[in-house]
Amino acid sequence: MRLLLRRDLVCQQAVELVTDYLEGALSPRARRRFEAHLAGCPHCTEYLAQMRQTIRLTGRLEPEDLTPQQRDEFVDLYRRWRSGQD
Amino acid sequence: MEADGELLLRLRSGDEGAFVSLVQRYQEQMLCLATSFVPSRAVAEEVVQDTWLALLRGLDGFEGRSSLKTWLFRILVNQARTTGTREHRSIPVPDPEPAVDPARFDASGSWADPPEHWVEAAEGRLEAGKAADRIRTLIDELPARQREVVVLRDVEEMTSEEVCSVLAISEGNQRVLLHRGRSRLRQLFEDEFRGVR
Repeated sequence: MRLLLRRDLVCQQAVELVTDYLEGALSPRARRRFEAHLAGCPHCTEYLAQMRQTIRLTGRLEPEDLTPQQRDEFVDLYRRWRSGQD
Repeated sequence: MEADGELLLRLRSGDEGAFVSLVQRYQEQMLCLATSFVPSRAVAEEVVQDTWLALLRGLDGFEGRSSLKTWLFRILVNQARTTGTREHRSIPVPDPEPAVDPARFDASGSWADPPEHWVEAAEGRLEAGKAADRIRTLIDELPARQREVVVLRDVEEMTSEEVCSVLAISEGNQRVLLHRGRSRLRQLFEDEFRGVR
């Protein structure tokens, strides 16, 4: 077993860097260190994939349709504003 | 989907259908955001309605230096702050909060209880139309400040600069809140979707 060097990341540190990594906010050196950890760690690779999936899933939410009643209320709001304007 | 810019043009020419389309597009997330500033759903609904009126009144003065969406959410947050009771916006982000429960690591900091695979299961459920409501509910479970950032960044897909401008927070705080919110949400998704076929 290789000695753990001070510059090696452990998993618990790596998971705290995921957002900085995805945001491009890591220094080149920190980025290399993070990627070196991922290359040897399937669990953190899985973790990163799950963070990406988390972002993708939230990004695919579509707003629910307005109910007919809500629609009417907003049309009404709009018309009241229009008539107050003239 | 019609671009916001086109809706804006139609709206300026007095097209009420364009107004309804905008409401349809943003109402839900506006309510979600407003809720974190004010004490009740009813007050949040008033805030959102006032925001729509402010948008209509401000149409002529809107110069398009920001996107319509950023402008709209900035009005919303200002209205919500004026109405709401939450005063502690400018204090630093509270205590550190680990992205993952420390109990899932061993003494050396390596995974002892590694993440369980759920990515495809969630995908399948969303495509089958079975997950969207659950995902909304899980987002609602996030602490307010994390939820605000996650909704704007990941649901509304704003840039970090836009989010900072809407919420009047620093880039650093934005990133911390985003990290905590996404990390928490990942855990909620893991709990929800693991073992799902």
